[in-house]
Amino acid sequence: MREIHYNTIVEAVERLCMESNYFLGDDVLQSVQKALEHEESPTGREILQEILENARIAREDEMPLCQDCGYTVVFADIGQDVHIVGGDFNEAIAEGTRRGYIKGYLRKSVVAHPYSSRINTKDNTPPVIHVRIAPGDKLRLTVAPKGGGSENMSALGMLKPADGREGVIKFVVETVRKAGANPCPPIIVGVGIGGTAEQAMLLAKRSLLREVGQPSENPEDAALEADILTRVNKLGIGPQGLGGRTTALAVHVLSQPCHIASLPVAVNIQCHSARHKEIVL
Amino acid sequence: MKIHTPLTDDVVASLRAGQKVLISGTIYVARDAAHKRIVEAMGAGAPLPLELQGQIIYYMGPAPAKPGQPIGSAGPTTSYRMDPYTPRLLAAGLKGMIGKGNRSQAVKDAIRQYRAVYFASTGGAGALIAKSVKKAEVIAYEDLGAEALWKLEVEDFPATVINDIYGGDAYEDGVRQYAIPD
Ligand code: SF4
Repeated sequence: MREIHYNTIVEAVERLCMESNYFLGDDVLQSVQKALEHEESPTGREILQEILENARIAREDEMPLCQDCGYTVVFADIGQDVHIVGGDFNEAIAEGTRRGYIKGYLRKSVVAHPYSSRINTKDNTPPVIHVRIAPGDKLRLTVAPKGGGSENMSALGMLKPADGREGVIKFVVETVRKAGANPCPPIIVGVGIGGTAEQAMLLAKRSLLREVGQPSENPEDAALEADILTRVNKLGIGPQGLGGRTTALAVHVLSQPCHIASLPVAVNIQCHSARHKEIVL
Repeated sequence: MKIHTPLTDDVVASLRAGQKVLISGTIYVARDAAHKRIVEAMGAGAPLPLELQGQIIYYMGPAPAKPGQPIGSAGPTTSYRMDPYTPRLLAAGLKGMIGKGNRSQAVKDAIRQYRAVYFASTGGAGALIAKSVKKAEVIAYEDLGAEALWKLEVEDFPATVINDIYGGDAYEDGVRQYAIPD
């Protein structure tokens, strides 16, 4: 048994909250740079330049890339030979979030009583935590703050098995079309297929942790990603919805088996401010 | 084109969908919760914490300012959530809105009827946009945290005209120009 202390987790989450909000990943930057070379719309190119310039300012000034510093989503893969000591694991993640958002000058965007008084919790807690138990004695933590504008454009489709591959493509493309300019395109389209309703959405979200544009390891999913990307970029929505070739930078698919009666498809849209940072303890 | 607030009818009439502008002067900042309170105050006949005549409301909730800075990251939020309140504000004299994303037909109709303009700024470019904000103060609803009502002084704030008084829509134009049929 390897012991990991409560305080170690708090400090790691605190740092990841700040770093994910200040420093856009190189994979995203490269993908925007590549899009810039192919974008035909002059306005679209200007916007892609602004995104790169914004990332430079955020990095240099250590200020958030976007004022919406997101709902704090934390993925934790806990090795089965790890023993967490010194306090409650969930509270450690919450405390790390609290400190990160307060010390890091990050916007607090969480309200309690969602359908009534909507009172800001003032420290961006509670985080959403997705835990998996993994082999080994390490703890992998990924902090992925998620903005409301793109999260609001998510959709779940419980398709008929007869809808098949083409049905999946249509559902995803239609979801992106309806989202239009709202989720701050260029976007990354996270697609989860299979499992149950909630599992499909979790797959969609988890797919967004992959390096932007790296194809799925599953050849069937990789081919689907390429086909959906082509179709999505024919929509013409373009950067910020003002028209152009770059509606999406990438499509990421994660799939798994499902029930004989079902074909669940979840779409989780990620804006270009595709923030996530990881640490292995 | 450079424009100044408050917006006059002549300036509004000169703007066309797709046109880029640099805005200077005072603008107000309000998002969901502040809109709800403003419209509730209007309904109750209570005094409003801001002047609407000729003004611009920016749909935004800034990140906290670091010491020595007027404001933190300050990019637009998605506008359609304000659609239920917007015609009311336009009827009361509001002339401009800055946000991102598509508006409802009711809002587009109100923009024509009351001769106003809807601008978008670049969503997700909050660090860059913050450079055009020279002064910022909360003027009401401080308890709403990130959703308080702010007054900003901006200089050359970059925006694009989306909906003009002639029914123009830069989003529709953009998609029409670049969509490739299957
Ligand atoms: S959708 Fe993303 S980039 Fe746009 S405002 Fe929200 S968090 Fe920022």
